[in-house]
Amino acid sequence: MSMTRRTMLALAVATGLTAPAISIAQAESMKIGVLATFEGAFTVLGEDSERGALTAVQEFGGKAGGNDIEIIRGSSDASPDSAVRAARKLVEQDGVKILVGPLSGDEGIAVKEYAKTQPDVTFLNGSSAAQDTTFRDPAENFFRFSTDGAQWMAGLGTYAYNDKGYKTVATVAEDYSFPYTQVFGFMAEFCKAGGKVPSKSWVPIGNKDYSSVIAAIPDDVDAIYVALGGADAVNFLSQYQQAGGQAPLIGGSITVDQTVLTAKGRLHDILVGTPAAGPTADTNDSPEWKAFVEAYKKQDGAFPSPSLFAHAYYVNMKAALLALDEVKGDLSDGGKKFREVLSNLSFETPTGKVSLDKNRNAIADMFLTEVSEAADGTLLNKLIKVTPQVNQTLGIDEADFRALGKVSRDNPSCP
Amino acid sequence: MSDASNTNRDDLFRGARASRRQAWGVVALLVAALLLWLVFAQWPDWLDAILISKKAFLSAILNGLTLAGLYFLVASGFTLVFGLMRNVNLAHGSLYLLGAYVGYEVADRTGFWLLGVAAGFVIMAVIGLVMQVVVFRRLEGDDLRQTLVTIGISIVAADLMLAVWGGTTYQILVPEWLTGAIKLPVITAYRSNGAAVYLVYPYYRLVVLAIAVVIGIGLWLMLNRTRIGMMIRAGVDDRDMLAASGKNVHLVFAAVFAIGAGLAGFAGVVGGSALSVAPGEDVRYLLASLVVVIVGGMGSVTGAAIGALIIGLAEQIGLVYFPTYGVVITFVIMVVTLSVRPQGIMGKSL
Repeated sequence: MSMTRRTMLALAVATGLTAPAISIAQAESMKIGVLATFEGAFTVLGEDSERGALTAVQEFGGKAGGNDIEIIRGSSDASPDSAVRAARKLVEQDGVKILVGPLSGDEGIAVKEYAKTQPDVTFLNGSSAAQDTTFRDPAENFFRFSTDGAQWMAGLGTYAYNDKGYKTVATVAEDYSFPYTQVFGFMAEFCKAGGKVPSKSWVPIGNKDYSSVIAAIPDDVDAIYVALGGADAVNFLSQYQQAGGQAPLIGGSITVDQTVLTAKGRLHDILVGTPAAGPTADTNDSPEWKAFVEAYKKQDGAFPSPSLFAHAYYVNMKAALLALDEVKGDLSDGGKKFREVLSNLSFETPTGKVSLDKNRNAIADMFLTEVSEAADGTLLNKLIKVTPQVNQTLGIDEADFRALGKVSRDNPSCP
Repeated sequence: MSDASNTNRDDLFRGARASRRQAWGVVALLVAALLLWLVFAQWPDWLDAILISKKAFLSAILNGLTLAGLYFLVASGFTLVFGLMRNVNLAHGSLYLLGAYVGYEVADRTGFWLLGVAAGFVIMAVIGLVMQVVVFRRLEGDDLRQTLVTIGISIVAADLMLAVWGGTTYQILVPEWLTGAIKLPVITAYRSNGAAVYLVYPYYRLVVLAIAVVIGIGLWLMLNRTRIGMMIRAGVDDRDMLAASGKNVHLVFAAVFAIGAGLAGFAGVVGGSALSVAPGEDVRYLLASLVVVIVGGMGSVTGAAIGALIIGLAEQIGLVYFPTYGVVITFVIMVVTLSVRPQGIMGKSL
């Protein structure tokens, strides 16, 4: 009895060991790594980004350059070291030659640094949007077709000052590179228009209890600019409501994204009417966007409308697949030709034309939005205005823009 | 002669001890007076300049207290289990998170928040009981393996919860009679027209604090005034001796584990209503209770209360006044405790 049991076990183990070998031998497949936050405070965001990447893969019928695409997932928790660990695993163990990701700002900067040590691997950004991932000290093999957080803010500062009439604004944002970039983008316009930002609160990522932060916001500001993501945004918003918050809000791109608007709770009342800006708008009625929404909705667990993470991973994945088709799946030269094609790639996305600048950072259309309620009670970002073809220097001359300095807690400043 | 010198020295010692106690009393009085003044006086400008504003400072203190209440609920179960079984239950955070999800489901479906809270406690207590009977009893006396098993359970549980509830952030809605903010009789500022501005604070958070205090007192009474409490304390001091004196240790273990797990689930629902429920919370609260217990002393409920108070206040004050280094403060406190008093503030030396 025990003998047969042991034999069975040995058999089972042997099958388990050989099975993957068989499947690898069968087909010549193109392995693409997708690195996103499948754990931690940004889990929802990571899950939606994967839907975006898969939407692109399905659009190409699961094939690129004649080969079947095999997606290998890598999981991080929004910390730079976890992202580099996941990237190393994908590149050094799974042997991917193309990697799409990561999701979050600091992760992007860390993976960019790692990319420099792997010149034969091509990295396409996921949705990470810190300025310095591409602007200062870029990596030759890191491409970002999904723009940065300062670009995303195009139009918002001016709108808040001129149309909404907010003269002083306090900011609350997470303490890392992406929110620095977002606050920079917002303040670049808002301060230029004449607005003042007397108080800036930087909170650690994954913070739960915002009531002390809320209490420390000055009472006399006209509005509060909030750049928090995922669970952090939900926590802030519900506690702001609990504390009887009165000042209206202005949203960072990921604060009023679908990942937050779909959260379960009483966020509804304080969010409706909040202006924001970003690379997507839910009520965009161009046929390309509508087609994308339809394709996206076929994914498991999809939101009523794709989040900007789904959009960013979709655009980057699509760029990779387009370029792979162009080189017919040939990466034998260490991906040199592939990267050359990528650098010159310009294509139509669901949100308009995208092309790259010399730092391999995208130039694309940006959308000014306002949170509104759809007929069925879900919250949507209503499109207010499109700012066409925003580049990384926000239309400012590059030398002048560089002179503005590195984004940080204290830069820019206009108290 | 020698007698006289002895009594003299005794008197001297007694005198020194008395004056020392008096000195501490004076210090305590001064601190209390300072706190009262901070709460009730109108702040001069220079103080506002240092501490941002009276509103910010008092809110940070109140938030620190309510957060401490939450930490205490989680950590008290953790510390009881450790004290009795020498078992570091690293799946304690998972019990917190699962309790929160269960509470959400029940409250959402029945429409009764209190039912959700009860479900969080009861179901987690049962799960804790099952864990104790099925897993830990088999590995009794093998501390390292028990700890490793709890890590395994926490990882599996985290992924299962992610599969069932997804990564979405849930907010457990508190009933109407607990929502809203109340005006505390503390004036934070005067408007230019002379009208007083009172400190406004969310009502529910005060309720959380009250719940934690009540449960803390309840636990203390149970441990110090009841038969089972006596057995638990005896077990913490010497497990083998308790077994040798004819008590059913396993029953005591099971009871403690159930209470500890139930409290974690209870805290999950209460905390999930005050803050929110999302993946990753398990690790956060595990870490918080580890730090609380290390600072307060392993195995002591009073220690857990003191540790929770210190960590909760440090976290909130850090968040407002040194946001960048806020996270570090918690761990600095832990490191200092470990180097000065390794057994924790209320812990017995090992």
